[in-house]
Amino acid sequence: MSSIAPPSETGVATPAGPGAGSARPRFEINLRASGIYLAFAAIVVLFDILTHGLLLTPENVSNLIVQNSYILVLAIGMILVIIAGHIDLSAGSVVAVTGAISAVLMVNHHMAWPLALLITLIAGAAIGAWQGYWVAYFGLPAFIVTLAGMLVFRALTMTVLGNQGIGPFPNQVRTLSTGFLGSVLGNVGLGSLGGADLFTLVIGVVAVLAGVASQWRARTAKQRYGQQVESVGLFVGKMALMALVVLGVVVQLARYKNLPWVLVLLTVLVLGYSLVASRTVFGRHVYAIGGNSQAAVLSGVKVKKVTFWIFVNMGVLAAIAGVVFAGRLNQAGPTAGTNFELDAIAAAFIGGAAVTGGVGKVVGAITGGLIMGVINNGMSLLGAPSERVMLVKGLILLAAVAFDVWAKRRAGTAR
Amino acid sequence: MDDVILKMAGITKTFPGVKALQDVNLEVRRGQIHAICGENGAGKSTLMKVLSGVYPHGGYDGEITFDGQVCAFSDIRDSESRGIVIIHQELALSPYLSIAENIFLGNERVRRGLIDWHRTNAEAAELLARVGLKENPTARVSDLGVGKQQLVEIAKALSKKVRLLILDEPTAALNDADSEHLLDLLRGLRSEGVTCVIISHKLNEIEAVSDAVTILRDGRTIQTLDFHTQEVTQDRIITGMVGRDLEHRYPEHTPAIGEEVLRIEDWTVFSPTQRGRKVVDGANLTLRRGEITGLAGLMGAGRTELAMSVFGRSYGVDISGRLVKDGKEIRVRSVDDAIAHGIGYATEDRKRYGLNLIDDIKRNISAAALPKLARAGLVDPREEYKVAEGYRAEMNIKAPAVTAVTGKLSGGNQQKVVLSKWMFADPDVLILDEPTRGIDVGAKFEIYTIVNRLADAGKAVLVISSELPELLGICDRVYAMSAGRITGVLDRDQATPERLMTLMTTESLLEADVTAEEILTTPEPTAESEQEAPRELETAAPFEQVEDQ
Repeated sequence: MSSIAPPSETGVATPAGPGAGSARPRFEINLRASGIYLAFAAIVVLFDILTHGLLLTPENVSNLIVQNSYILVLAIGMILVIIAGHIDLSAGSVVAVTGAISAVLMVNHHMAWPLALLITLIAGAAIGAWQGYWVAYFGLPAFIVTLAGMLVFRALTMTVLGNQGIGPFPNQVRTLSTGFLGSVLGNVGLGSLGGADLFTLVIGVVAVLAGVASQWRARTAKQRYGQQVESVGLFVGKMALMALVVLGVVVQLARYKNLPWVLVLLTVLVLGYSLVASRTVFGRHVYAIGGNSQAAVLSGVKVKKVTFWIFVNMGVLAAIAGVVFAGRLNQAGPTAGTNFELDAIAAAFIGGAAVTGGVGKVVGAITGGLIMGVINNGMSLLGAPSERVMLVKGLILLAAVAFDVWAKRRAGTAR
Repeated sequence: MDDVILKMAGITKTFPGVKALQDVNLEVRRGQIHAICGENGAGKSTLMKVLSGVYPHGGYDGEITFDGQVCAFSDIRDSESRGIVIIHQELALSPYLSIAENIFLGNERVRRGLIDWHRTNAEAAELLARVGLKENPTARVSDLGVGKQQLVEIAKALSKKVRLLILDEPTAALNDADSEHLLDLLRGLRSEGVTCVIISHKLNEIEAVSDAVTILRDGRTIQTLDFHTQEVTQDRIITGMVGRDLEHRYPEHTPAIGEEVLRIEDWTVFSPTQRGRKVVDGANLTLRRGEITGLAGLMGAGRTELAMSVFGRSYGVDISGRLVKDGKEIRVRSVDDAIAHGIGYATEDRKRYGLNLIDDIKRNISAAALPKLARAGLVDPREEYKVAEGYRAEMNIKAPAVTAVTGKLSGGNQQKVVLSKWMFADPDVLILDEPTRGIDVGAKFEIYTIVNRLADAGKAVLVISSELPELLGICDRVYAMSAGRITGVLDRDQATPERLMTLMTTESLLEADVTAEEILTTPEPTAESEQEAPRELETAAPFEQVEDQ
């Protein structure tokens, strides 16, 4: 596209109209971006059918969330690490060592749980700072630093615990991992579905309304600035689907017990980190570093500092996951968190992160983690042995990344 | 007597949108050293890549005759099998292998499927003796200096029974002693019957060793001069290199030059990769408000190194010197320091260092000044969109929307995104490194217009360019750089391509101002006529200018 300038003008704006051959590429982009959600929906439906509805029973939905919560917390930190073009192999060991620290403080030293929790999170931050220093300031590859960390922090776990499990945890900590919100408004009848907790339902409805409202506001604002938006029909469809999924989950949870506390925690983290990733200067710098770190340097991004804080953040989230996991088992054990990092990494990549960095979303990583969780849970409901579950998970990871690379290559050559 | 070993006739090579070579003719006689000269981008390297099969037969028009046979090389091995070996400017040695391993890489001395180390090292030692390199063949290449590595490359070429040796800027990275040794070696090879083609910017070297020189300009053969039958002077070569028809046009512009904004004093930078090598040596520059200043220099002169080291020490080690901004000395330790002090730098390599190619236009534009768009720590995406849309209209960025990915834009539009980024960052001093490289003529005009607007907005603009007409067409003042030193500065009405080229090819001249004066007092006859062009640009300007602002 050459642009011959009129000799006397300073350049005339020629905004290309919406028609200029943009329909097809836009659809492809939409498919690639939303493919992960469609895949998730398909997997849920598939396993629900295969398990004759066992997958989506109230109890199992609740279990799914609680069982996978710590992996999802790790996945949030991991996606930022991966967007910046790094990797963290030590997350599982950090989960173990922070769980151990919290156990020693709360159980052995009978420290008040909020203080012990705070110290544990600080310990996680310190671990992240240690690894961040080597990666960001010393310039070692994250692969090596965190591989070393994987060994070092596993060893520290065993040292701290004296090679035995420590428990039980205070009730408050266990509540965070496995407890449910109390019933505030009592129960309400849902016809053939039986009784359900009214408070939970109210929260679900409020969440859906808030979600729709914010999406609608974003859409009208985009229109006001002359950006292209999807058609009203597509928008309504998307919102309806979102509402259906959220309400479906909430109704099942309400019928079982109530909202698990850990879901509240997860929701806060997902919303918070989505905002961090997409809207804050820090988050935008993470993407800039992963997209082209040299260009980021020459744009004034403090690449070293940002990288350092990405790892600190990862350490804090690993500490949260460590406490949640220990609380769930009611014990901190020397082998806790083994292979968690691999699940978190797989979640990020299945959720659309690019192997080369620069691309990825918090919600994508969560969806990737849920896909793995549903496969785990669904296959065990079907009575599949664990080796087969592992096999399927491995192949899914390979297929997801292969698809991403293939789609990108095709987009590249299609020009 | 007419013993021509190589004849390239009517070579035309086209890249998408650019004619790199147009009907180029080259004849090289057997047993001679033949030099090829031209500005950056004149097509020298492209011609050699055509010859050596890097660009295979079929990808170009024209005919290559080597040693009486018409050749159609499909790749570099093909040409090597005929005895044509090219040594590229960036040496292609594997740093952690030994000298002997490098010499026989891809051409291993093998016995019964295993490397014959005895033969490998023995033959390597012979070759090293031939090129006069006193090193053990088992020494690691990374332990050698650049000059010795260059000799290893030549030994490697000799191992391939070379008959025509092509050297691309062989002395660009060498010091004087190493250069001298290399030139002696070339003379020795010539006496052994090896024909050499040497691409060089260093006219004194060409004068010293060559039998003939072919001058290329804008992808065409200008002339071939024979040192044996004609009187060839450096001036004559320079005239051939620069005297071009005015094919580009430049927007008219009357500068409103104000006070000094940035002064670079005694700036010295060392290479981060080659210990002890000065890439910028005691440079002094002054940039003024509203002025477009040029920085001319050939490849390896240290222009980019100077700019990047000033821009937050993003290049080089052991940087010394002073930066004086608005009369006060400033300390700039990092790029964000530099941006905070109002210095911006748009890189010469947009794709590698300038853009996040997988991200969209709006996020690239906001990248250097994101906090400007943030309220309470949150970036306002609508404001960002509005800003980007503004630049899309103002800079005439041709894209369906500011949400389009920058990797898919044309070079000109990518450059406009980079410029938008820096306009949004709003620095007082903006360094533009090769702002029109790889951009078609129409978009160049737009870029020049933007540069003028930046100056009119009171910014001090420093333009680094390898195209002399561009510098003469848009700059109010041009510095020339050679071998890390500022060798002179010429005002617009004094600057001619010849004078600049003389400064750019001057080496080891100590007093920059004296140099400029010496050159000014001895103008060549051709310089007078060239001088008219830049003046003309200024005469009718005032009217147009008002509209621009």
